[in-house]
Amino acid sequence: MINLTIDGIQVSVPKGSTILQAAAQAGIRIPTLCWHPDQAVKANCRICVCEVEGNRLLQAACSTPVTDGMVVKTKTPKVIEARTMILELILANHPQDCLNCIRNQNCELQDLAAEYFIRDNPFENKTRGYELDRSTPSIVRDQNKCVLCRRCIDACSVTQSVYALGLENRGVSSMVVPTLGEPLIESPCVMCGQCIHACPVGAIYENEQIDELLAAIADPDKVVVTQIAPAVRVALGEEIGMKTGDLPMEVLVNGLRQVGFDYVLHTNFTADLTIIEEGNELLKRLKEGGTLPMFTSCSPGWINFCETFYPDLIDNLSTCKSPQQMFGALVKTYWAEKMNIDPGNIYSVSIMPCTAKKYEASRPEMCDSGYRDVDLVLTTREIGRLFRMSGIDFSKLAPSQFDPWMGQYTGAAVIFGATGGVMEAALRTVYEIVTEQELQDVNFRMVRGMEGIKEAEVDLNGTVVKVAVAHGLSNARKVMDQVRAGQCDYHFIEIMACPGGCIGGGGQPITKANAKRAERIDAIYIEDEGLPIRKSHNNPEVKMIYNELLHEPLGYKSHELLHTHYQFKNKKYL
Amino acid sequence: MDYLKVISDHADVPGGILQAFHAVQAGLGYLPKEVIAEAARVFKISTADAHGVASFYSMFSVNSRGKNVIRICESAPCHVAGAAEVVAALERELGIKMGESTANGLFALEFTECVGQCQATPVITVNGKPYLDVKPAQIPSIIAEYS
Ligand code: SF4
Ligand code: SF4
Ligand code: SF4
Ligand code: FES
Ligand code: FES
Repeated sequence: MINLTIDGIQVSVPKGSTILQAAAQAGIRIPTLCWHPDQAVKANCRICVCEVEGNRLLQAACSTPVTDGMVVKTKTPKVIEARTMILELILANHPQDCLNCIRNQNCELQDLAAEYFIRDNPFENKTRGYELDRSTPSIVRDQNKCVLCRRCIDACSVTQSVYALGLENRGVSSMVVPTLGEPLIESPCVMCGQCIHACPVGAIYENEQIDELLAAIADPDKVVVTQIAPAVRVALGEEIGMKTGDLPMEVLVNGLRQVGFDYVLHTNFTADLTIIEEGNELLKRLKEGGTLPMFTSCSPGWINFCETFYPDLIDNLSTCKSPQQMFGALVKTYWAEKMNIDPGNIYSVSIMPCTAKKYEASRPEMCDSGYRDVDLVLTTREIGRLFRMSGIDFSKLAPSQFDPWMGQYTGAAVIFGATGGVMEAALRTVYEIVTEQELQDVNFRMVRGMEGIKEAEVDLNGTVVKVAVAHGLSNARKVMDQVRAGQCDYHFIEIMACPGGCIGGGGQPITKANAKRAERIDAIYIEDEGLPIRKSHNNPEVKMIYNELLHEPLGYKSHELLHTHYQFKNKKYL
Repeated sequence: MDYLKVISDHADVPGGILQAFHAVQAGLGYLPKEVIAEAARVFKISTADAHGVASFYSMFSVNSRGKNVIRICESAPCHVAGAAEVVAALERELGIKMGESTANGLFALEFTECVGQCQATPVITVNGKPYLDVKPAQIPSIIAEYS
């Protein structure tokens, strides 16, 4: 242990700790900007500088290791003057745009400017005049607001191994740019949105489409129907001042009715359906010698990744559409018929934790209903904004039930939101199909949790199925490289593009630390435990749709509506 | 220039990417995107990172053309008025062909469509500023304005 003094307080911390960590232990918060709890230290912003006795120059707290007997002062006039100047310089070429900014009230730079009460900036404000990059349907980049902390580069390269972002030029003209300085759509970007979470300011954000929803609600001819992904509920409360997991599902349903949705249905219904189709697809591949290992296909960022970097493994992808797109295809066919509504009048909105889903819904092949299957995708954050605007006090709002035919769900669908959840849900069903026995303990704990790559073996009456689960694309890349090299004997692999799975999706409330993702995962499993039905094949509405429309898993109708194909994304520069 | 070969020649050299970029820069006057992408592949880094390296050093030019873009109109009236001789003079004076940039990154030569100054052909523009009735003999002094 190392003993030191910070602002007169004695602290004892493990060797290798930084001043920043030691100060946190002493109860002193040192401001940071380029520092990120789950990333390597970058030490490029200098906002964290402190005085260290014996050093003439101020030291960066985030990168300076503590030494025995060190005496640190974190808020001397010299320190405050330096930090103020750093902020003034950043703000000198930052747009004075907080009122119009998507990160207003949720911005690390704004917080710092307020904390250091920057009033009259002596430096003239000169913004840099970059154009917005709106080249993708998912992500918007505004380089004018970039503070060059490089956290997005770390997220894209280290966490996601996509390498779509890099630094260009140097000194005053340096800027974070997509590959070769081209628009983002030309880069290998998979639209996962992890760079949004990493960014401390409003320089990267979702393609915000709330206005399109409001226009549809205002149109008397449109029947506005929504589906909600399983990961949304646990995090949405964070946007409206509640604790993670605390917003009850039925209250959320009523909230959606309040803001103008005509019908509220659940993506969980098609998550259960996915399990039936995908589980049977796996069994068919196992029995008939199909391409193995089979990869799950519900994460569109992962699909983009596979199509871009592993085109040779496309046949390993399950042909099942994602639950969002299954839902889209069914709501304008099956559900429209049941409700006797003209599918041409249905405006199908999906509420997702994901930015890549905006892109997925726009894929040209996603119109098997004869219309665009999903008209609009809104992220959890966008619905959060709508809820805040609505003025609803959610603690007083009465619960309301989902609308019929595509609103029932099981615990197996709920856990789709967490890494390992699709795998666990599939195992719950596949086990019972193969063994024809009831599964007593439905909990497959070995595939749960934040470990990057998880493995398990499941004995199905003598047939051993080997499975793997990876989340975050750099973990996916490790598994894919093994598959490509023929170095593993998995049968089934679940991959989610985002760390933690959908609960950490690019459209979720801004999540700086992985610790928050773990909290949301806990909330997901609590919800699963509390549900009366926890196996997808026992969902009554799923049974009904097989009786009335689909007749059998992987049947003719399923192929028409619920399955898809993939294509090599031939990006010019990787 | 066979940049594929230039890059692969440096593949096993320590710091080879910089040397390869030097060689290509000397030959072409800039580092085309294809070169940066190929170097990324050979040196096993991402294209985004290779672009970072190429754009960091001021001795490399990652812009596909020189700073001052000289365009010559190749539409019919200018063509008839002797644009070809002006082209030849420009190429001789700068030591590059149309479509290329000078090694110092100062000049780029491009063709353009009619720029609407047909009353005084042939026409060239430098960074958008038109020069009318251009004679080959004037080229050195026009270039000198920007050197
Ligand atoms: S990024 Fe932050 S500081 Fe900049 S305009 Fe937006 S809210 Fe304000
Ligand atoms: S969306 Fe994902 S892949 Fe695209 S730049 Fe951001 S982190 Fe990289
Ligand atoms: S875009 Fe955001 S995360 Fe990336 S360097 Fe700029 S401020 Fe940092
Ligand atoms: S937070 Fe320490 S240098 Fe940026
Ligand atoms: S043809 Fe050359 S300016 Fe019109």
